[in-house]
Amino acid sequence: MADLSGRIVILGAGHAGGTVAALLRQLGWTGPITLVGDEPLAPYQRPPLSKAWLKGEADADSLALRPSEFYGDHNIALRLNATAATIDRTAGVVLLADGDALPYDRLILATGARARRISLAGVDLDGVLELRTAADADRLKAALGPAKRLAVVGGGYIGLEAAASARALGAEATVIEMQPRVLARVACEPLSLFMQDYHRSKGVAIELGAGVAGLEGEGGRVAGVRLSDGRLIACDAALIGVGALPNQELAEAAGLHCDGGVVVDLTAKTSDPAIYAIGDCTRRPLPLYGQMGRLESVPNALEQAKQAAADLCGTKPPAAETPWFWSDQYDLKLQIAGLPLGAAQVLVRGEPSTARFAAFHLNADNQVQAVEAINAAPEFMAGRQLIGARKPVAPDKLRDITISMKDVAA
Amino acid sequence: MPKITYVEFSGTEHAIEVKTGLSVMEGAVKHNVPGIDADCGGACACATCHVYVDAAWTDKVGSPSAMEESMLDFAENVEPNSRLSCQIKVTEALDGLVVRMPESQH
Repeated sequence: MADLSGRIVILGAGHAGGTVAALLRQLGWTGPITLVGDEPLAPYQRPPLSKAWLKGEADADSLALRPSEFYGDHNIALRLNATAATIDRTAGVVLLADGDALPYDRLILATGARARRISLAGVDLDGVLELRTAADADRLKAALGPAKRLAVVGGGYIGLEAAASARALGAEATVIEMQPRVLARVACEPLSLFMQDYHRSKGVAIELGAGVAGLEGEGGRVAGVRLSDGRLIACDAALIGVGALPNQELAEAAGLHCDGGVVVDLTAKTSDPAIYAIGDCTRRPLPLYGQMGRLESVPNALEQAKQAAADLCGTKPPAAETPWFWSDQYDLKLQIAGLPLGAAQVLVRGEPSTARFAAFHLNADNQVQAVEAINAAPEFMAGRQLIGARKPVAPDKLRDITISMKDVAA
Repeated sequence: MPKITYVEFSGTEHAIEVKTGLSVMEGAVKHNVPGIDADCGGACACATCHVYVDAAWTDKVGSPSAMEESMLDFAENVEPNSRLSCQIKVTEALDGLVVRMPESQH
């Protein structure tokens, strides 16, 4: 029987931290739980920040992971606007920047990731923004509206979602991408090409293979993005969305094993058995792919929160999950399952021009490694199951849209 | 506020007053009812908020959209009264609604 009475400190009050606190109470943890966050807000959902929140379709209540009274009701001490300075593993104490000491029996790191910053001339100008927190989203929202011009540096998910939301608000948007296609790091070529065309059809300008020389301003405020070829993309605000870095410095300074993320096992334990780490800050085993990786997604945060809570409370570990991810842009629902690793071929089912298709990544044994689905829920759901089952598929059947996914998967 | 009863697979009941305008899923998650995971936060993207609508309520709750239907098609243990609770908006007409949870959402 696990001892459920110890003191737990959770560093990071995002989706992972907020979820693990709630799960610990669900599973019967009776000891004190302290949830420390550096933002002024109790845990909230980040995915809507670039979508519904930016478009004004979600309010603070709907963004919140739980209602504010939840934490008091469940005896979870919230320490907001608080930053951890050091972890003293020998003493079992977290020192906060304000000098307070939080003793712990078990510590959970849920410190998340931060937007990658690039060293460019002019990045400190007003109106040069990033999108990670609700405060970032508010700044971006304030800069958007009819006749406003948004320049987005980086054609990844954040950038494309922000561009779509900008268009919905009547603003102009230009996406500047260094690679020859958008989503180059995360999606297959057919999906990238489709997304480029779709965004262009909605009035977004996309500059591909475009380097950025710097940001230019007037009176301390950004006025344009200077491309390497000398052209200026005039703008009222510039969003930099070029990836994220794990917040692992605290763990590293405490001597925990880190390697592009805090290294954890499938119980979310770090190299110190008294310390767990969950969410965007971790590098974790990917059992389906036989390697370690960092997954920046809500489903991953939830899965690791379950792993940690189950391990701490001595309950049954959660079943292994197939990684997945989603994005909403315009009327498009993108759903991605698996990771595009070790693929021998990418097979497209359906016709991209209909805005309903899916790209399947198959390995040499015709096992599905990943599926990227656009408005294609059956392909996503069946693909996700096939990835987990490791069952080979017949490529000719998969390609044939007259054969249902149920039959393909059978 | 409409009262909704969430019944866990184990039989444990949670009767909760949920603000109108929220979804049945949000009512559960915000009150820490176990058994409704809602990984995607209500985007109809994951089918981890699957519930069975009590027989007396299926007409009032209505039927799923095509998108929801195709998500449900591939969920585990689907029954004719299966719904994704993120797609059911709470209204005064649903005061008294009873939903049951499957054994697992994954």
